[in-house]
Amino acid sequence: MFAVRAAKRAPWAVVGEKIIEALVYFCGFSAIVFVLGIFVFVFKEALPIFAHEQFSLTEFLTSSDWYPTSESNKRYGVFAMIVGTASVTVLAMVIAVPFGLGAAIYLSEFCGQKTRETLKIVIELLAAVPSVVWGFIGLTVMSKLIVQYTGTPVGVNVLNGGLILALMSVPIIVSISEDALKAVPDSYREAAIALGVTRWQLVWRVLLPAAKQGLLAAVLLGVGRGVGETMAVLMATGHAVHIPHGVLDSVRTLTANIAAELGEAPAGSDHYRVLFLTGVLLFTLTFAVNLIADTIVRGIRRK
Amino acid sequence: MTAAENHIEVRDLRLSYGLKEVIHGISFGIRRHEILGVIGPAQSGKTSLLRCINRTIDFTPDTHVSGTIEVDGEDVRKVRSVYALRRKIGMVAPLPVGLPLSIYDNVAFAPRSAGLHRRADLDAIVEQCLRQAALWDEVKDRLESLGTKLSGGQQQRLTIARALSHQPEILCLDEFSIAIDPVTTMRIEDVLKELRKHMTIILVTNLTQQARRLADRTMFMWKGEIVELDTTEVIFGENPKDQRTRDYVEGIFG
Ligand SMILES: Nc1ncnc2c1ncn2[C@@H]1O[C@H](COP(=O)(O)OP(=O)(O)OP(=O)(O)O)[C@@H](O)[C@H]1O
Ligand SMILES: [Mg+2]
Repeated sequence: MFAVRAAKRAPWAVVGEKIIEALVYFCGFSAIVFVLGIFVFVFKEALPIFAHEQFSLTEFLTSSDWYPTSESNKRYGVFAMIVGTASVTVLAMVIAVPFGLGAAIYLSEFCGQKTRETLKIVIELLAAVPSVVWGFIGLTVMSKLIVQYTGTPVGVNVLNGGLILALMSVPIIVSISEDALKAVPDSYREAAIALGVTRWQLVWRVLLPAAKQGLLAAVLLGVGRGVGETMAVLMATGHAVHIPHGVLDSVRTLTANIAAELGEAPAGSDHYRVLFLTGVLLFTLTFAVNLIADTIVRGIRRK
Repeated sequence: MTAAENHIEVRDLRLSYGLKEVIHGISFGIRRHEILGVIGPAQSGKTSLLRCINRTIDFTPDTHVSGTIEVDGEDVRKVRSVYALRRKIGMVAPLPVGLPLSIYDNVAFAPRSAGLHRRADLDAIVEQCLRQAALWDEVKDRLESLGTKLSGGQQQRLTIARALSHQPEILCLDEFSIAIDPVTTMRIEDVLKELRKHMTIILVTNLTQQARRLADRTMFMWKGEIVELDTTEVIFGENPKDQRTRDYVEGIFG
């Protein structure tokens, strides 16, 4: 009984603990360092463009004229691509969020053990499909279907990109939402059920409110995927610099533009720098999305 | 008293979780407007019994129930609406489960789910139930704050208020006092004495003295069987029929 009080911990245990502590600190702070580092380097490449008097930030953000290789009159306006990114992402989310949440609710509350196991394996498989493969499907299968069913001449467009992105985000949304729903204590379920509510009322009135933070996180990760995805949308959206008037118009997204053109832009040229500035813009966009999300989540938490 | 007059009639109830049978064919009746105390050591099947009565046992996979439970002469397995059955029965769990809603919404939850939406009606129910649970005075100024921010004892009274909110005819309390202090316990016990006028109460308790104070009749369960069911005076008196009963209530058991 007194042995516990008298016992001394071995010196290596004490030192080992200190080392692990330091390592953990390092891992935590390295995240900040990396993020700052990425921002600084991308920004540094873009910065000299501001020295040009022809270049105007307003024009960059609001003009749809993208002629980076024109001999006489180079113009760098990415507005059409901002709209392109936004339209594809919004369409993808309109499809993926209800679908993903619905699937998560079904998995966690309504289906049997066996069905759940099977479905989860399939969904994880879906999440493991590389984005080039998705792009490939968009380019070949999906575009044919779209041409066939809508009669539009080109099958690579906002609809195609949105569908492909939705398919890519659904597995993420499903698995994170399902975790969030599973994390709601069973005692809530039992308490609500004992009050005579139906299963659907249980989901609607108890589980969704209780899991809202996790669900929001799931949705935002989906949005993040939409804004940041490159390969698949490059292949599926048609790559036309053009403000879309409907889902059957082709668009180009910010990411796809960088991926497609950076290789051809001579290092240090204006074109090169503008592409980096587009990177900064993307970075700012995702940062803003995260910030908004964070504020919402924190607001919910306070309440 | 004949069986038909009993509020709840249990006949040869058996329950197993998987292959393990935990209630071994018990039969008894619960009279209208009585407090039935249910005592017995851990694992004797008390909670499971309550869950069979309001059929929340349905949500535990791989359970098997046989025998019948009749509430108001209706077999709970054959009722037209299991939701109506559950609304007939108020259930208070050992540890308070405040749903992550405001105090008001916690109490208004069941009425709303049943389709009641008029604010005035809800206000009246919320106030009445909180008063019945002896919580009104403490929370009337902060009905919109989260139920989970109340103290443990307050939360337990909130769950009692919630259990009363659908105006049940039967109130089941499962060791309601394990998380609350003796003073609050006494207050709730007074509440129960008051409620007895309006409803039948099943009081599962580990505190044998609590059953002695409140119950009209007391049932002693042990290992999924009823050892003895009799008036509280007999169970706690000089001559219960079974030696185990005497040992248990005198604290010699186990
Ligand atoms: N969900 C479950 N799955 C499997 N076995 C269970 C489950 N719930 C209860 N049991 C088993 O059923 C038996 C009776 O449990 P029950 O909770 O009804 O006892 P109790 O009398 O309420 O005990 P306590 O006084 O500890 O609350 C126990 O052996 C327990 O292990
Ligand atoms: Mg119990």
